[in-house]
Amino acid sequence: MTEVRGAVHVEGEVVATKRIGAFRHLTLTAPGVPERFRAGTFVAVTVADHVARRALWVHRVRASSAYGPTLDVVVEARGSGTQWLTAQPVGARIAITGPLGRPFALPKEPVACLLVGEGYAAAPLFPLAERLRERGCQVSLVVSAPDEAHLLSALEARRSARSVTVLTADGSVGVRGRVTDALDDLVARSDADIVYAAGPTPVLAAAASAAERSGAWSQVAVEAPTPCGTGLCHGCPLPVVGEDGVDRVVRACTEGPVVRGDRVRWDALPDALGQAR
Amino acid sequence: MSAQLPGPVMVAAGCGGTGRELEAYAGPAGLVGLDLVTRSITLDARAGGAGPRIAEVPGGLVNAVGLPNPGLDHFLATELPWLVRAGVRVLVSIAGATMGEYADLARRLSSAPGVAGLEVNVGAPDDVGTGLFEVREPFHAASVVAAVRREFPTDRPVLAKLRPDVSRIVEGARSCHEAGATAVVVGNAVPAAFPDGRSGGLSGPAVAPIALRCVAEVHRALPGVPVIGCGGVRDLRSANAYLDAGAVAVQVGTALLHDPTTVSRLRADLAPTDRLMEDA
Repeated sequence: MTEVRGAVHVEGEVVATKRIGAFRHLTLTAPGVPERFRAGTFVAVTVADHVARRALWVHRVRASSAYGPTLDVVVEARGSGTQWLTAQPVGARIAITGPLGRPFALPKEPVACLLVGEGYAAAPLFPLAERLRERGCQVSLVVSAPDEAHLLSALEARRSARSVTVLTADGSVGVRGRVTDALDDLVARSDADIVYAAGPTPVLAAAASAAERSGAWSQVAVEAPTPCGTGLCHGCPLPVVGEDGVDRVVRACTEGPVVRGDRVRWDALPDALGQAR
Repeated sequence: MSAQLPGPVMVAAGCGGTGRELEAYAGPAGLVGLDLVTRSITLDARAGGAGPRIAEVPGGLVNAVGLPNPGLDHFLATELPWLVRAGVRVLVSIAGATMGEYADLARRLSSAPGVAGLEVNVGAPDDVGTGLFEVREPFHAASVVAAVRREFPTDRPVLAKLRPDVSRIVEGARSCHEAGATAVVVGNAVPAAFPDGRSGGLSGPAVAPIALRCVAEVHRALPGVPVIGCGGVRDLRSANAYLDAGAVAVQVGTALLHDPTTVSRLRADLAPTDRLMEDA
């Protein structure tokens, strides 16, 4: 079967909505999107009365359900747009564009992989874990959060991962601690050949440098505010260094969101994202 | 000498990515015949500004993207051939730091295969165009247009994109047209500020009434000058407002960021008609 590629812009429908901790999990139909999805790609959705769109990580894709193919997204209400999204009831129609961006690169060999994620942004690691397991990779999954409410449950991932580690900063569940401090140890213990990371910039930077120190490859899913998500606006600068050693600024939505960790200019990233250091 | 004007629907500069990104949303006809104005190309590569480059405000977006582009050489080597192969009518937006740079850009683009025309960016909001030739005075904008026109074949259009500044738009349009612009594009990001006070440009539905006023003023004062309306075009109704006010074509910008299928829908809604204009 030929794989379907490229994004589509469709009208989807909310078929399930569930609050889990601080997040809202939405299950959406979006004709053509689940079929094209690869772990690490994302969708952009239209929210009422807003010009810019909201980019959402895909947590899970079902090839078939009572509603046909669906995708699950995780939303944390942080502003008026995400608040509107989390309030959408079953049956609500939403314009969805996707899948967008470059996915995680998968190894050809069944190697050891460490997957590190924090908060809702850890979502793309779950479909990734499934793909890796299908390829016979040994998957170690680490999910972390400030507290239990902001933790994506790893219960379902136990099927795909050989080991699951849970870290919370306040110790409300799992091991007390910050993933950024534990990374060297986690990389060593998992004997990882590839480190995959998804979450806030400090987690990605720590994962990339821990991988570098241990001689592993790294793939990071950068979360940048993407006004359009489709590559049209150049509003999500991602500073990288190219294969040729030349510094460049690429679009996080189109040349990313997944990039090699050793290609990101981590010192320039906070400015590019407009984050205070 | 005549130069065929693009339209009636075009992709506005800076809102179509590299052009390639629109292909997924173009429908079965693809990008064939699409009038696309590229993001502004400069002689040397520009990385663009720091983030956040875009902020959402009621009715629009404030941006200070900073004209990121790979520079002319890279554009000619990689982006232009792809667009030409895809059947796009490529209008290259150009921006320069000096009059000489504009002339160089125009000369080199005149011999690049597949360039359907140029759009001279003489309307970037002040701080957003940092490092660009100062064109706030209509006289300076006209000098740039004249320099470009001298280097570019007269059978292909040179558009001048002006800022929708009501108090000076007629003067700007007249000067640029007299300097050889085939048409003037009226509407660009309006000088504005980010919520934190940084300078930027406002675009989207919020600027439509301002740009519409400017289009109407220019058309009234200079009925012989072809005007292309730009600002808040998102559907047939908003496009028709410009056409009814005398515009010969419209450009779609910010709406594409909201819905990437906007331009294909509008192209279907507004069946193209040939417009042969006398070049000045």
